[in-house]
Amino acid sequence: MTCLHLLLTLVFAVSLGTPVEIQRPRGVPLTKKQFYEEGKPFTCLDGSRTIPFDRVNDDYCDCKDGSDEPGTAACPNGSFHCTNAGYRPMFIPSSRINDGICDCCDTTDEYNSGAKCENTCKELGRKEREVLQKMAEITKEGFLLKQQLIEEAKKGREEKQGKVTDMQENKKQLEEKVEALRTVKEAAEQPEKEAKERHLKAWEAIRLEKDKAKMAEAFLELDDNSDGFVSVSELQSHAELDPDADGTLTETEVQGLMGGAAQVDTSTFESVWTNIKDKYHSESQPEEPAPVETPPDEVKEPAVDNDSEPYPEDDISEEDDEDEDDKDDYHEDDDKVRVNIEKELSFDFGPDAEFTYMYSQCYELSTNAHVPRIWGSWSGPENNKYLVMKYEHGTGCWQGPNRSTTVKLTCGKETVVTSTSEPSRCEYLMEFTTPAVCQEPANTEPSPHGHEEL
Amino acid sequence: MAASCDSLLPLVLLLCLSAQAVDRSNFKTCDQSAFCKRQRELKPGQSPYRALLDTLELSNSRLSLQLINDNNKVRLLLELYRLQGNMTRVKINELKPLKPRYEVPDVLLSDPITEALSVVAQDENSLVVSLGGKDQRLILSAQPFRLDIVEGSQVVMSLNSRGLLAFEHLRTRKDTKSESEQAPGQENVEQQTDEDGQIKEDDDKPGMWEETFKSHTDSKPNGPTSISLDFSLPGVEHVYGIPEHADTLKLKNTDGSDPYRLYNLDVFQYELHNPMALYGAVPVLISHSTDRTMGIFWLNAAETWVDISSNTAGKTMFGKILDFVQVSSEAPQTDVRWMSESGIIDVFIMLGPKPADVFTQYASLTGTQSFPPLSALAYHQCRWNYNDQEDVKTVDQGFDEHDIPYDFIWLDIEHADGKRYFTWDPSKFPQPKEMLQGLMDKRRKLVAIVDPHIKVDSGYKIHNEIRSKNFYVKNKDGGDYEGWCWPGNAGYPDFTNPEMRTWWASQFAYDQYEGSMENQYIWNDMNEPSVFNGPEVTMHKDALHGVWEHRDVHNLYGLYVQKATADGLIQRSEGVQRPFVLTRAFFAGSQRYGAVWTGDNAAEWGHLKISIPMCLSLGLVGISFCGADVGGFFKHPSAELLVRWYQAGAYQPFFRAHAHIDTPRREPWLFGPENTALIREAIRQRYALLPYWYQLFYNAHRTGQPVMRPLWVEYPDDFATFSIEDEYLIGKDLLVHPVTDEGATGVTAYLPGKGEVWYDVHTFQKHDGDQSLYIPVTMSSIPVFQRGGSIICRKDRVRRSSSCMENDPYTLYVALGSQGSAEGELYIDDFHTFSFEEAKQFVHRRLSFSANTLSSRNLAPDSQFSTASWIEKIVIFGGSQPSSATLKSADGTESALEFEFDSTLAVLTLRKPGVNAAADWTIVLR
Repeated sequence: MTCLHLLLTLVFAVSLGTPVEIQRPRGVPLTKKQFYEEGKPFTCLDGSRTIPFDRVNDDYCDCKDGSDEPGTAACPNGSFHCTNAGYRPMFIPSSRINDGICDCCDTTDEYNSGAKCENTCKELGRKEREVLQKMAEITKEGFLLKQQLIEEAKKGREEKQGKVTDMQENKKQLEEKVEALRTVKEAAEQPEKEAKERHLKAWEAIRLEKDKAKMAEAFLELDDNSDGFVSVSELQSHAELDPDADGTLTETEVQGLMGGAAQVDTSTFESVWTNIKDKYHSESQPEEPAPVETPPDEVKEPAVDNDSEPYPEDDISEEDDEDEDDKDDYHEDDDKVRVNIEKELSFDFGPDAEFTYMYSQCYELSTNAHVPRIWGSWSGPENNKYLVMKYEHGTGCWQGPNRSTTVKLTCGKETVVTSTSEPSRCEYLMEFTTPAVCQEPANTEPSPHGHEEL
Repeated sequence: MAASCDSLLPLVLLLCLSAQAVDRSNFKTCDQSAFCKRQRELKPGQSPYRALLDTLELSNSRLSLQLINDNNKVRLLLELYRLQGNMTRVKINELKPLKPRYEVPDVLLSDPITEALSVVAQDENSLVVSLGGKDQRLILSAQPFRLDIVEGSQVVMSLNSRGLLAFEHLRTRKDTKSESEQAPGQENVEQQTDEDGQIKEDDDKPGMWEETFKSHTDSKPNGPTSISLDFSLPGVEHVYGIPEHADTLKLKNTDGSDPYRLYNLDVFQYELHNPMALYGAVPVLISHSTDRTMGIFWLNAAETWVDISSNTAGKTMFGKILDFVQVSSEAPQTDVRWMSESGIIDVFIMLGPKPADVFTQYASLTGTQSFPPLSALAYHQCRWNYNDQEDVKTVDQGFDEHDIPYDFIWLDIEHADGKRYFTWDPSKFPQPKEMLQGLMDKRRKLVAIVDPHIKVDSGYKIHNEIRSKNFYVKNKDGGDYEGWCWPGNAGYPDFTNPEMRTWWASQFAYDQYEGSMENQYIWNDMNEPSVFNGPEVTMHKDALHGVWEHRDVHNLYGLYVQKATADGLIQRSEGVQRPFVLTRAFFAGSQRYGAVWTGDNAAEWGHLKISIPMCLSLGLVGISFCGADVGGFFKHPSAELLVRWYQAGAYQPFFRAHAHIDTPRREPWLFGPENTALIREAIRQRYALLPYWYQLFYNAHRTGQPVMRPLWVEYPDDFATFSIEDEYLIGKDLLVHPVTDEGATGVTAYLPGKGEVWYDVHTFQKHDGDQSLYIPVTMSSIPVFQRGGSIICRKDRVRRSSSCMENDPYTLYVALGSQGSAEGELYIDDFHTFSFEEAKQFVHRRLSFSANTLSSRNLAPDSQFSTASWIEKIVIFGGSQPSSATLKSADGTESALEFEFDSTLAVLTLRKPGVNAAADWTIVLR
């Protein structure tokens, strides 16, 4: 029953509409028809041996490469070609011939299994054309969007590169400027400098005056017995002066504050005052904290001329004014920003930087997982590595791997997450659509008929 | 899956789970098991038991007499039976127990057929009983009591020769004695007639009336009930069996360690090479020497320990040789001692004398391996868990995309709605029938897990019905027993109750089990039973199954679960379809209900290695359908380990890959194209050999012969084979030595059989038997040899599932023996129904080659079955080049066959005989 030599008669219409009849053994694609010549000895396609033609498709494997049994399941490594008129042709492993499962939409793989297959090629073809059409539209629009993305990325990149250059330049200039302020431009800025100095001096004078007054006041307060001297015991009554803040102001500690002297007069009190003024609580106004006279403000407060060129530091603070009040970190932040930008510029955002826009966007998912604000590594197939991104080396899982996420990208008009899953514990899979992977649409509309091979 | 915890708190559970290996402190040592400790304290010596010969009663097939313990005057009743097929049954119970003691039901197929016994001689201290055929005698000595089975002048086995018969009689508790003294039911002690002061009772040993292990207290209302008996095996150095242990095939001497323990337990991350109990228990020990193979079947379902002591165990090979040369005064002998916590002594002595005889004898008692549907012998893809329907579909497609065959995909506990078995998670598996139909369209199948612990939830139909029917196991106070398992608080149906089992079976009906279909089969896990917060992760021994304590029935619980489930699958198809049920817990007789696997192993080379002796041990005691999780359950295998495990698993009876939920995915195509190809090839080899596997399972079902066999089973006279456990035979014709070492560049296989030849099935190279052969290996090597003298049928057209191959033609591989002849069998039926049994619808043929003639003749003339399969090719190893090959068909027509001859390998290939596989035919070579 299985030994029959089967030939297929196929009728099809070429694009010109002329009916042509082509005979070839079952399972042979048109491209290989010439190797199977009716009535002539058949040479295995690997050339290993030649057999009578009636052993082609006789349900016994003679050729090592399986080429003598294109239409039966006899060879373990054979393949069967289905024409699938109306849809697209394909090869299936010959083990799927007559296995009771419909693989070819034209039902040709199940010619002797009893499987009830229906020809679904037309339907599949129609659906595929619809899908292709839809995809083509999406691709078309997506590709346009992609061009915008590329354009934006280009601009952004230029800007950022510019910024980095600027910043590098600025950094250099900063040092130069500081130097310049002191030297080259000193003369040109002398009036302002003088004004500033004047103000500073004036302020300093006021401050000194105030301090002096305070000192005198304190002396009077401290000199409890009004003998013109402040003694160790008199000072010891001010517990707030305790240098080690252990709650008790010892005699030794007081002696330390008084520079070893047993008592001081108004002139020698000056040195003691410098030791205690920061902590000293006036006895007359104990609740009121010390007036705000802290040095940082002192620089700005006296500035009179607002139009004068600001200090170089101020120039950069415009860039990043959140950090204004923390000048010590100022340069570090500046460097961080610069390093971040440089790092960003070093990432692979695709051949045309079309993925740039995705950076720094955080896509929240319905499951708690989310892609951290990092850039993973492209790990798609060789022909297009930009279709898959992997994020690895996340935190470890018990008895499992470190957490990792695979992101698969497909062409779409919008950037949206279409699915998320955890196929394996702590290994997450996200599927995105994005215009960034949309390929340039082919010039001609895809026509299944045009590519159809019979 | 396993759990290892004692705590009610899931959090603690998690912490416990993070332990890296077995927590031994969760499980008792003999010292921590009060009865084992008491029994083991009893040392060999003179037995206090005396046979009262004047109480002898002898009917045609039953001999009984009383034994008395001279220390406490307790009387026992000894019963002896001669059973058909060269077996002797020895039963010892209390003569008048306070209340009945448990006798294991449902394990024996039926009452064994007895044969006539006769007393052939008797004197004042002994009795000689003829055991029927041959010159076998049983000598009963009265004082001290002992039994010796002799054949001719040779003692083959002695019972109580070391005086370790111990029988803790039922008694009333001393502190309650005054109240119960007037209670009906005489205590089985002759206290009434003896002076009270002379009775030596040892009621005050610790653990007799209450026992505490960790935080669990066993109330022991019946007090001490344990039993023990010793067996001596003169001339025996090798004993096997008593699975399940992760240990060597040949049992070890236990003198310096704990005895082997038989107590079904869910052991989390079990260790290799120790006698700790595991998930299943088969109390059958097989002894083997060049003289004789025997078996001891200790029919008791309570916690059991087995001590093994061999007088040659400590000797080196040199010492043994010295003994031999000097004709040592001490002949080798192995002593075996069984100890059980409750029940009676009921022991079946299977006297062989050949390995095959012992298998036949044991099968006549407990039945044979169920004959699985063919697809169950194919490849199974499992994982805890395939997440949802989409995942199942994707994995299914993955197999097709990578052209790898598989028959079954499995769903673990996450498929059910909140671990409520018989249900589906509504979000992950909203359309189970759609999924099953999708698989059916590919001619594939699915297994879903159904565990015996039932979530206590008033919204769960199964629970409500079990509760309302009063089918749950009870705690000692009479309420429904509850424990923690996967669903949280769970009840445990009383599977020992036949009504409960009937109800359980009915739940598998298609109209009861919603979403189920005929291509869905079942897996019973956790049926030891596993109770996360119970003593030793199992049920409290004082829980109640009707009138019996859990103590009495423990090892039987898992068998009943699988039995009830298999019955359910049979009933849902109205008796038409053969069931397939996998179980983790098992007992003697479990072979009748399906497959077992070796539980939660790990992705380690040692676990791969141990899978061989573990399955061989099971095969020896009737359970042929055995496998280990391919790849290892816990941990993540390297690609090399995974490939090697597929290669080994492809040649073990139950072939399923499985993985823990916390391990990375490991479907065969996730390790790179090279490894995918290696795994594909291993699985394809399995599929090509399915006809052979199927025929062997048919044979196992019919005769009880194991499918996977230690070498000594087929080469019982070859001492060199007795301890081999890194290679084995499938049937008698294929020898497999899988590669189980990391980085291996070669294996040394022992090819047995003086004067025999073996053929490498891959290279067709011929090797002589009776040699150790070094075989260089690469990653693609699976060393397998076909025995010269055998014919093996294969289906070389491997397709995506075994069902797809049902009508495919066969290729016959004829491996000529040194005499130029070969024999084999071919068995064909519909591959999935009971028609083979009920309507004799099968093909069973004998294929034989001798005198240059190969023929196929009918082994079952009264059977009938038509098959579309035919013979496509015949490959003959070890022959010479003929000048012609002629096929003679049944109708007398003759036709010439074309052939090819490879002279370097002496392989003759006959092209396309084309005859139907069920037909008579002859091929003559000239």
